[in-house]
Amino acid sequence: MPHLIVLGPQRLEPTVHHILKEHGIDGDIALVSAGWQEREEEDEELREVLGSHCRVHNLRIHARCEDVFHADTELFEAHRARQDQLRDLQNLYRFRLDKLVEAAQHLFRHQGDPALVLPERADAIAAIQRLDQHHLQRLQLVHQNFEARWRSLERPAIQQQREEIHSVLGYCPTIAIAGGHVAVLLNRIRMLGIETFFADRRLVAWSAGAMALSDRVVLFHDHPPQGAGTPEILDLGLGYFKGLLPLPHAKRRLNLDDPARVALLAQRFHPSLCCALDEGSRIQATSAGWKIFPHTRLLHTDGHVQHFSHATVLPSPHASEHANQFPSRDALPSAEKAAALDSFTSATEIPTLASFTSATEIPTLASFTSATEIPTLAPKGESR
Amino acid sequence: MKSLIHRLQQHIPVSDAEIDEFLQIHAFPWVEENTVLFFYRGDAEQVRLRHWIFGLPSSQDFFRIPSTRHWVLQADIPHQSRIEYKFEVVQRGHSHWIRDPLNKHLAYDPFGANSVCQGAGYLTPEWTLEDTESRAGTLEDIEIDSQAYGGKRHLTVYLPARFRPRRRYPLLIVHDGPDYKRYSSLKFVLDNLIHRNEVAPLIVALQHPVQRLQEYPDHPAQAQFTVHEVLPLLQERYPIHDLPQMRGLMGASFGGVATLSTAWRHPEVFGRLLLQSGSFAFTDIGENKRGPLFDPVVDFMNRFRKNPGKFSEKVFVTCGMYESLIYENRSIVPLLQKTGMEVEYRESRDGHNWINWRDHLRDALTWLFPGPLWMIYE
Repeated sequence: MPHLIVLGPQRLEPTVHHILKEHGIDGDIALVSAGWQEREEEDEELREVLGSHCRVHNLRIHARCEDVFHADTELFEAHRARQDQLRDLQNLYRFRLDKLVEAAQHLFRHQGDPALVLPERADAIAAIQRLDQHHLQRLQLVHQNFEARWRSLERPAIQQQREEIHSVLGYCPTIAIAGGHVAVLLNRIRMLGIETFFADRRLVAWSAGAMALSDRVVLFHDHPPQGAGTPEILDLGLGYFKGLLPLPHAKRRLNLDDPARVALLAQRFHPSLCCALDEGSRIQATSAGWKIFPHTRLLHTDGHVQHFSHATVLPSPHASEHANQFPSRDALPSAEKAAALDSFTSATEIPTLASFTSATEIPTLASFTSATEIPTLAPKGESR
Repeated sequence: MKSLIHRLQQHIPVSDAEIDEFLQIHAFPWVEENTVLFFYRGDAEQVRLRHWIFGLPSSQDFFRIPSTRHWVLQADIPHQSRIEYKFEVVQRGHSHWIRDPLNKHLAYDPFGANSVCQGAGYLTPEWTLEDTESRAGTLEDIEIDSQAYGGKRHLTVYLPARFRPRRRYPLLIVHDGPDYKRYSSLKFVLDNLIHRNEVAPLIVALQHPVQRLQEYPDHPAQAQFTVHEVLPLLQERYPIHDLPQMRGLMGASFGGVATLSTAWRHPEVFGRLLLQSGSFAFTDIGENKRGPLFDPVVDFMNRFRKNPGKFSEKVFVTCGMYESLIYENRSIVPLLQKTGMEVEYRESRDGHNWINWRDHLRDALTWLFPGPLWMIYE
């Protein structure tokens, strides 16, 4: 039975141990800390975060991949070649993306007759979405070609690691996926095919861990010391959940006081829910949808950022796929649930998720708000 | 309170009690948009503002408000400027240079401390301050027997937080290392920028000069010491990448000359250079007019300018607009660019001082040694 809890950063104000307790989760927990790279096994901090009531078993994904590379040099070379290819592809994507986003920012800054401006904005967003989609397809092709050529999960070095991991998971009904380097984390999970073991386990993931589980990994930073701060798609995620874009460390990385930037981000990744995850943030899959807890913020397509004073369920067919594990605790009284849904639909411009057909769907012009509701972008002072 | 400022600006007497009341809430100098009002209270025959702003008279007289002990001076201060200054107070025919008694902002350097006037819009960058969230790196001192200098020399080596001997790191060698640490908060800057993943985890070697004014202006021993003694020792003791793009050299003022001279004498050893307010004096015709200390600098720069060549990969140059060296620093940029090296240049409204150099460190280090900022979500 699939199930999922997504959390914000855990280092400074850890909440995961309370949440595990709240759900009666104790005993053996498998830990994926490959995002910590070669420090993967220096996991005292993570064990502390998970709480003393749990027996933590680090799956050593990063170290296992290093072992595979040593044992299977042919695969190592192929892997390196694929990474070079992905890097080149990313650079090509960036050439185009930067120009498109710059154009969209100009349009969001421009004030004029809404009848003229709004269709241009909508088409600018659509152009970015088309490029994102194109990039995702190219990435998918690279991965498919790699798998078709090397059939990595069938190679002995990997099979051996998978068997060992499977035996550990035999007594770990819960897997915790910590944050860290998102590309490394994703790459190492994918290399050993760990996601194939997720199906009947509870998943608790935070920061980069949550990003990797999503259907696409979006890198972002609104004010980096170098460059324009254009969010970009890094790769396909593991696709464990859809319709939710985790944005960890939003407080530090995103300028949520700039409604135009918020609107641009939310519209670009619409219909996914863009969720700002900071300390204390929590999202849980329920049968009714995503249950958003206080300290989590939602970015809206009209540029406003929604705070949650109490846990609120946002309807989503994607969430319900992962909801089965916590039915008793998540089931809200029907009146409360209805009130929560009402408050969401009245506060947001985002259409209900049921109205979306696929990730490739581009929002219609009608779904955009009027020019007066979208403040101008701040002058672009950042330089890459 | 505005009325008090207005009266002082108009040289209208105010009482000591009014000044005291003002000082309980505000401080001098009083900055409003693009002007600053300096104020001194005390018996004196003359009060002057002494500063290090190239382009303005280095001494400006205060006006004494008649029948009072109050002295005022109003001056321009462009947006985002920083000015380090002192007051020259003449009493009984004797001149004393003092810090502004009413200003708590101080900047320190090897010669002591100056008062600081911060123009509108200038803020101390938060990444220069100690941040308890940031994991701290460690410092260790090592001694080196130098053949180049014929004696023992000291280095302080910064190892980034969570240093691992089995991992390889880029290296940055810093001229005037202890001064960078003490006056430019280099350790806090490194801790913060590395913790925030803006700069790659680095090993940083702080050189302790002995006679910097002799050693740094193109002294062959300094280049020899850095390249043939310091670098091999560090490579032997620490896990350092053996690639030019993973090796950096930096310095300010004469340390900037040492950086340029060492990198030029040993091309392709250092792929990353940071030159801050380099004392790059040169002559197109005639004699050096900056005094004998600059003779070796001018001699080097004249040779360098004739034949710069490509000796590194990426060079970051910074300078303050209020420095006497601004012309020399501006003119070196196109020269370096023509060699095919990647060059970035930044200016600020500041003088030749350690805070100016500190304030450029984020731009420079994130460009020279970018960290995995976009990838890490811990």
